[in-house]
Formats: sequence, structure tokens, C-alpha cells
Amino acid sequence: MTCLYGKVIQIRRTGIGWTPPHEQGLWIMSSIKMSYREAVRAALHEALASDPRVFLMGEDVARYGGAFACSRGLYEEFGPERVRDTPLSESTFVGAGIGAALGGLRPIVEVMTVNFSLLALDQVVNNAATLRHMSGGQFSVPLVIRMATGAGRRVAAQHSHSLEGWYAHVPGLTVLCPGTVHDARYMLRSALLEPDPVVIFEHFMLYPSEGEVNQLLGPIDIRKALIRRVGTDATIITHGGSLGKSLHAAEVLALDGIECEVIDLRALRPLDVPTILSSVAKTHRAVVVDEGWYTGSFAAEISARIMEGAFYDLDAPVARVCTAEVPIPYAMHLEDAAVPQVETIVSTVRRVVGNG
Amino acid sequence: MTPPATTDSPVQQDRHLLRQMLLIRRFEEKCAELYSHGKIQGFLHLYIGEEAVAVGAMQALTPDDNVVSTYREHGHALARGMPPGAAMAEMFGKANGCSRGRGGSMHLFDAGLRFFGGNAIVGGGLPIAVGLALADQLRKRPAVTACFFGDGAVAEGEFHESLNLAALWKLPVVFICENNLYAMGTHLHRHQAQIDIARKADGYGMPGVAVDGMDVRAVVAAMQHAVGFVRNKNGPMLVEMRTYRYRPHSMYDPELYRGKDEVELWRQRDPISTFMAQLIAEGNFTDNDRRELEQEVQAMVADAIAFAEAGQWEPVADLLKDVHTPVGTGKPK
Repeated sequence: MTCLYGKVIQIRRTGIGWTPPHEQGLWIMSSIKMSYREAVRAALHEALASDPRVFLMGEDVARYGGAFACSRGLYEEFGPERVRDTPLSESTFVGAGIGAALGGLRPIVEVMTVNFSLLALDQVVNNAATLRHMSGGQFSVPLVIRMATGAGRRVAAQHSHSLEGWYAHVPGLTVLCPGTVHDARYMLRSALLEPDPVVIFEHFMLYPSEGEVNQLLGPIDIRKALIRRVGTDATIITHGGSLGKSLHAAEVLALDGIECEVIDLRALRPLDVPTILSSVAKTHRAVVVDEGWYTGSFAAEISARIMEGAFYDLDAPVARVCTAEVPIPYAMHLEDAAVPQVETIVSTVRRVVGNG
Repeated sequence: MTPPATTDSPVQQDRHLLRQMLLIRRFEEKCAELYSHGKIQGFLHLYIGEEAVAVGAMQALTPDDNVVSTYREHGHALARGMPPGAAMAEMFGKANGCSRGRGGSMHLFDAGLRFFGGNAIVGGGLPIAVGLALADQLRKRPAVTACFFGDGAVAEGEFHESLNLAALWKLPVVFICENNLYAMGTHLHRHQAQIDIARKADGYGMPGVAVDGMDVRAVVAAMQHAVGFVRNKNGPMLVEMRTYRYRPHSMYDPELYRGKDEVELWRQRDPISTFMAQLIAEGNFTDNDRRELEQEVQAMVADAIAFAEAGQWEPVADLLKDVHTPVGTGKPK
């Protein structure tokens, strides 16, 4: 932890979790370390504290503190009107979020996981995404929906989906996948400034991870993919829970002198195509890492964009590291084999650079 | 059409109800004709036979209240005060339509009237109504949300979820079930174990009432009671309007599921002709009034068609417009 004046400031921890620095008068800090979970909670706290139109609702977000403890303490601080437990009625509480947004509020709806969001898919696709266009521009739906996504927790086929690519298929939605603690901390602020619906996917496995958060006073640009690692030999394009694995793979490959550029998409819609194409123009090789199933994956979309925009820059076909075409199995060795791993990313990059 | 003034005499209010019902009837008869000429395309769901429900229900609402409707919503839109030209132009797909030709018959919207659409997914509007009411509750607006849906929606999970959530949070919603006996072509007896829809309110701890939806005065009275109950922070209420559509479900429906005799029985209870007869019997309406009203309404429909015909097509260059709110337009509406 560092601060602008070189002083080391102890972060105060309370019984209900982390206290955001601005509550402690610590605006002078430039960078602090926190977990992804703490970052989400700090973002929610900031949203509730800074805009009276914001409220949070979802299953067990209030008294329970959130299934992943992302909202712990918020109910106690902001009260039952603004931090609301809902019945297990995904379609209706997501639809109610749409209605509340139409009615002038800025709801944040937590659908515990992407798996349960399938029960609300009608409201998201048929209403949230369409209302502005279908009404000839009369109504906007400034709604933020958050949900956990991904595999890796040994919770089997009904709790391990990675369907952010499905949502990214739908015009009218903005789809964000914070892959770093910093983005978990600040993407919500940017999402709440959007006049239209935003869906945020938080990968399960990231919640306990720790990272640096640089203090910001303004919103971050959610429309920009970021190069998380600069390289020359191949471009790895990824998002969310696969970012850490991709960076790890790049370190392994660097030991053999293969320098990968790693692009964190951050937003699946809108998609920052120029950042992808300019990197591929430099490295001439691309590997897309995506926890979605191989067929019809978001990786397939990235691959197509590269083919359309950088075909003559390529020295090798685009490769994809996706989840095997199987419902995610329970047993550890099977689940690990199903989803992208550091080893598979490494071997795929080696193959693409002709060093496999 | 201008909304009725509360200072209107009972006779004037009756005439207003009759005029609105007749406008919807004539407007939709013309829609069917224009559909056969290819002027209106896609789906067209006519409300003919059910006019007393929309007209009577809107009578109980204020301009600050919200209306959420279904894909059979021409009547609701017109009764709420949408200019017939804007509705007709929308069905023509013209840029001067209420939704700039992006919605069509099933998606009439009007922000100024707080008319939150024609929703064409059965049951899909109920959660939105719950959310609008939640916003009003949190913002302390004394508004009521009127949510229309059909008997078919009662079979959807969102009906049950929404009634539960609205009752749990004591939200100001009047759930108005337009029970026309058919979920598309499936009779109520064939899709509901409990066909007394109003009784379903019991399961959610809210009052439910069944109303003769062919009697506009009965609809007005029931809705005034329901809206008053809901506005007084008593939580939501379910109103079942027992009604009937004479026309097929849509223009594609061969009506294999019901007989002409059944339709004829309901026609004998027609909300417009029975109300007109009632007014004549009460001495407040004459044959001459009837002729004048017919002329007035037909002129309104003719004007609406002329407005739609004169409208421009949205430029194809604007195809992608309004998928997202343009950046820099400030706060959303």
C-alpha cells in the first residue's frame, strides 16, 4: 500500500468488512490492496452513498449480506428500502428493476449467479434490451444487473455456466466483465452513468483474489479493452476469470522467450475491435481464451473479427481455448479438464507460434 | 381525444365513455380493413368486444398514474388519450407513429401519457408494473400503476411472482385481468384448474374482485374502488374483468376452437349497444345524438388514417437509432 505522501496508512477493518477509504478521509492514497469481493462491496457502497436514486435488490443481498458477501453491511447502513431482499422470483425482480428504472430510479439488481439469470432472460432480452428502440426512443432503461459467472468451484453442471457471451449477443445491452480488482472497484460507477441496461459478470473465482486499486475520482472508460501485458510474439485475448490464467500462461511462456501480449476485453459489448486488431497486426498470432463452450463461444466472435480485420496480418490461424463441450462435471479432475487452464493456454500458444 | 374533466356532469361523462368506446370500435374495424389492404402488417390483435374495460378503467386514473399494457392494447392507448393518428401511423410503420414505426400494433408507447407499452410477451408487463410502483413508493409519488393482462397470463409464473412481490412490498398496483375466456385459442377451462381468477388474489393476501367487463358503468365503479384502495397505501388489488373478444385472436386465426353461436351470445351483451340503449332509456340520448356521435368518431378515424398516410418512412440510415441512448443527451427520460 502506498500513498501520495509516502506515508503508509493502515486500512481500518471493521466487523462488517472493509471500510472504504473515502469514509476514512483517506483520499490522499493513490493505491491500496484489497480483494475483488471488497472492491465490489466498496463500489456498491459508493453507489448507494452518492446517489439517492440507487438501490440494491436481489436474493439475500440484505440480511444475509449477499451470497458472496459482496453486500455485507450495506443493509445495516442504508436500510431496508435501499437494500432489499427479494423472493426467489428472478424474472419478476429483474423485471421490477426495469420498471423502477423506467420510473426514475437507478436500480442495481443482483441475480445471484448467471445460472439463475436464465429464469430472468425474458425480461433482460425482451424488455430491458428492447424498450428504448421499440418505443421509438421514448424510454431508456438505466438498469445495472450484476451476477456471478463461471466454473471452478466443484458445484457441477447447474451452477457453473459461463454465459456472458449469450448476453453479449443482444443489441441494447452493455456487457462488462471486470477481470481485475481495480475494475471490480470502478466499473460499477461507470455502469451507473450509462442511460441503458448494463450487465456485469463477476467470475466466482475472483472474489477472494487480491489486487491493487488505484484511487480514482472519475469514471473509467468501459468501452476500452486494455493491454495487461505487452508482448511481441502472440496476442492472447481474454476476459474475466480467464485473465489471470492468461497472464500466468504468458509468464510461463516468457521463460522460453515467447513474449505474449495479453488483452483484457473488459467489455464484450461494445467490443473494442481496434485494440485487438492493432495488437494482432503487431504479433501476427492470436489465441482467444474464453470459458464459454467452444461452439458458438464469444471466442468465435473474436476469431471472426480478427479474420475480417487482420487476416493478412496473421502468420497462423487464430486458435481458441474454450470450455469442452460438456455440462461442467462435479469431480475436480474432470472439471479442471473441462475449462481453460494455464497449461492448455501455454500449449496452444506454443502450437500457434510453431514451438509446440 | 381529451380526457374527461372531473367537473363534467354525469351525462357528459356517460357520453365521454360512449364516444371512447365507439372510437375504439370504429378505429379497429378500420384497422381490420386496412390490414386486408396490406397497409397494416405483422400481427394485429383486435379488442372489439372488450372496449368497456379499457374505457372504464382509464376513467379511474389520473395523468400521473402509470399504464402497462399488452399486445392487444389499441383500446388502452386510445382510452388513455393517445391521438388516434399516432396509433394508426405506428401500425402503418411510419415515422410519425407513436413509436416511430419501431413497434407496430403490439408496441404502442407514449411517455407523456405514462403509457409504458404494449408488451407482447404474455405476462411480461407484470414485473415492469411492479417496478414502476416500487419507484413511485420509494419516490413518494402518490401514483397508481394500472397493469392490464389477459387470462392467458394467469398461467405464467410472472403473474404469481408479481402478485406476491407487489403484495409483500404493499406496492400501488391495480392488476387488471381481462378475462376474455381464451388464451389465444385455449379456453379458460382448458388452461386453469381454478377458473375463478379473482379468487387467486387470496393466495397473495390481496383483495380480488370479478366485474362484468361488458358493462362500462360497472367497470368504472369497480376501478374507482380499486384505484382508491391502492392509492390509499393498502397494497395492490386484483380486478378480473369478465369480457369477450368477438374477433379472432389475430388476423391469422381460423377460430376452430369456438362456435359462432357462442360469439353471437356475447354480441347480445355488446358494451356499446347496451350502454347506448341504457342512455336512451334514461332519456339522455337520442337517435340524433347517435348519428352525430357516429359522424364525429368516423371523422376522427378518417383523420387518423390521413395522418398515417401523410407520414414519412423512417430513413433506413436511421436503422440503428435508439438501440442505445445517444451519448451526451443527459439524464434518461
